Amino acid sequence: MDLKQTGASRLLPRRLAQGAAALSMLAMSVFASSAGAEVNSTGLAVTDTEVIVGQLHSATGTMAISETGSIQAERLAIEQINASGGILGRQIKVIQEDGASDWPTFAEKARKLLERDKVAAVFGCWTSASRKAVLPIFEKENGLLYYPTFYEGLEQSKNVIYTGQEATQQILAGLDWVAKEKGAKTFYLLGSDYIWPRTSMKIARKHIENVLGGQVVGEEYYPLGNTQFGSLTNKIKLKKPDVIFAAVVGGSNVAFYKQLKAAGITSDKQTLLTLSVTEDELLGIGGENMAGFYASMKYFQSLDNPNNSEFVKAFKAKYGNDAVIGDVTQAAYLGPWLWKAAVEKAGSFDVDKVVAASAGLELDTAPEGYVKVHENQHLWSKTRIGQVQANGQFAVVYESDLIEPNPFPKGYQ
Amino acid sequence: MKSFFDKLAGSKQGAIGFLILAALILVVFPLTLDAFRLNMVGKYLTYAFVAVGLVLCWGYGGILSLGQGIFFGLGGYCMAMFLKLEASDPESTRIQSTPGIPDFMDWNQLTELPLFWEPFHSFGFTLLAVVAVPVLLAFIVGLAMFKRRVGDVYFSIVTQAIAAILTILIIGQQGLTGGVNGITDLRTLMGWDIRSHEAKTVLYFVGAFLLLACILIGRFILASKLGRLLMAMRDKEERVRFSGYDVASFKIFVFCVAAAFSGIGGALFTLQVGFMSPSFVGIVPSIEMVIFAAVGGRMSLLGAVYGALLVNYGKTVFSESFPELWLYFMGGLFIAVVMYFPNGLAGLYQSHGRKWLARLGRWRPKARRAEPVAARPAPSSTPEPTSPALETTP
Repeated sequence: MDLKQTGASRLLPRRLAQGAAALSMLAMSVFASSAGAEVNSTGLAVTDTEVIVGQLHSATGTMAISETGSIQAERLAIEQINASGGILGRQIKVIQEDGASDWPTFAEKARKLLERDKVAAVFGCWTSASRKAVLPIFEKENGLLYYPTFYEGLEQSKNVIYTGQEATQQILAGLDWVAKEKGAKTFYLLGSDYIWPRTSMKIARKHIENVLGGQVVGEEYYPLGNTQFGSLTNKIKLKKPDVIFAAVVGGSNVAFYKQLKAAGITSDKQTLLTLSVTEDELLGIGGENMAGFYASMKYFQSLDNPNNSEFVKAFKAKYGNDAVIGDVTQAAYLGPWLWKAAVEKAGSFDVDKVVAASAGLELDTAPEGYVKVHENQHLWSKTRIGQVQANGQFAVVYESDLIEPNPFPKGYQ
Repeated sequence: MKSFFDKLAGSKQGAIGFLILAALILVVFPLTLDAFRLNMVGKYLTYAFVAVGLVLCWGYGGILSLGQGIFFGLGGYCMAMFLKLEASDPESTRIQSTPGIPDFMDWNQLTELPLFWEPFHSFGFTLLAVVAVPVLLAFIVGLAMFKRRVGDVYFSIVTQAIAAILTILIIGQQGLTGGVNGITDLRTLMGWDIRSHEAKTVLYFVGAFLLLACILIGRFILASKLGRLLMAMRDKEERVRFSGYDVASFKIFVFCVAAAFSGIGGALFTLQVGFMSPSFVGIVPSIEMVIFAAVGGRMSLLGAVYGALLVNYGKTVFSESFPELWLYFMGGLFIAVVMYFPNGLAGLYQSHGRKWLARLGRWRPKARRAEPVAARPAPSSTPEPTSPALETTP
């Protein structure tokens, strides 16, 4: 997913908290332990007591609003890992770089983290564009990136662990659910105009036409930042689709759902399933403006399991009671934990060994529940359908089985 | 022949300034910086091409273009298209539905290479296009604007609008252009791996020499009669026009030169950084490029290079040390420059540095006639008798 904006007022106190967190972490890194070249044969920034990792998100610019949740979640995970003794007896130290919502800056900072700082792993990127910009550098320098966002798939780099869902995981289960539960036959596809919505809708169309035997009655894309959906609401009223399947991102979301509501298209008459609204976006849209609509995600803050209640509690303790946790924030939280598990399994920080150890790795402490790393470096995960509540949370109405990640889906390309 | 070299070198002081810059980027940086930092300086230098072009068209020609990113981007995209085609051979794209076309086209359900991509299989054509495409667009824009005597702030607004239009066009036509992501994952130039350190160092020197060449071209233009006319036009356009000169043609020319420099810079940027995206085409980067020229001194070709280096170095250093506050530092720097050094670094040197240096070294720089290196006092300060009828511009 890409470029989204929500209400900004909650950010400042969190940033201050981050600074405090960084300080407290420095203070904690005084443990010592065993050493040896075998844990680090490629010259990474690993000492007997410390291992350095990089964090590369946009702390400034238009994407800061979305990426801040990921920055916070990764910090929280690293802090928790340090508090529980670190990795192979080493405390994790973070070098944070700002991608500044600017793709070449991401590339420059990635090169800095890998070439100069020799970080053992990088947790970062959010938009597909930023990932595409740093990818050649990670492959060239043999770095390791944990990428948290749900995205369009069509990629599998040996230097990236994708902790968000790829498109088929998110889409197919959602479509199956509306077809079965709502008896949907006609679909109206719409999204913002860039790679993620277009790829997602391509997959959705094939699934609707070839598997579900349904019909796509409309497919439209709007420029990023578009706020005029008047003609769209008219078309929807005319075509009367069983389901609106939406992947609108950014500030567009707010205008889109408010205009739907103003046009009388609400959940009591119309089913809508979105791929791009998490708790973060709901802050901007307002739960009351899209109450009753559905979202297809792997994680909702309201998930009821012990892992998640602990995670939500820790997150709120650190970043304030008003903090909300979206799908990507949770996926970002998994990054450091998956890395820790892989390093300990490999007994080494070497990127090749960590990547090799990642395949088949299981994590049953994830807030979303059990996850497992596939050989293609994406996660096996469940997809949930959440129904928007007026208070800005989702009520989970459906949960799939574990779904295999398939970034290059046959028959859907 | 002698006068030709005189024009290139400018004054004695100009020659010294040029040699200092040349020594700095050709000798000092390569010897003192490690590969990573040198590569970054190489990237900054590609912005300096734009700044040098801006000194010509803004500082001397009085044409403030807020859309130089357009030309930087066009040059960069031309180069990126060539590199992308080379990276998209049927072998490495065999998992696609249509092997042999760039990956983003495949994602957008294109099944064959669009016609306008075809010529970019040729390196010769690409090199030509890097300069020709920006110049052609600059020519059309210039023709449409200057022939109608659109100038000043209106011209700036139009260039800004074009930058916005081009960005929207590139993002909207993502099947043809790569959209928001841009054209990424560029690997080799005619089989030569541009991602290696050695390649980056070679590209650094190529860029440095081209930049020095551009500065010399700029000096040549300024020292010629054309340069004098440019300044005359900037200060009193009507008078030049009434003297029988075709003002629009000169403006178009200098605008095209600035576009050509930007295009070359963009192409080198693509080679250095390994991708091109619409984020260099839009309004924000275009204004940033004006800031490079402003910080360096908009009347100084050499100052523009220092401005580009300094601002970008500041961005890097501040953002590495203060990832969440650095934008405030940059903002502070710009405000300080505009408020206290309106003529930029070069103006600072002119007003203080020279005296200081003279006292230090006990030599007195001779005041010379043609001196593009250092900023001269603002022309408006020279009192000149003007007839009220000609006073059309405020």
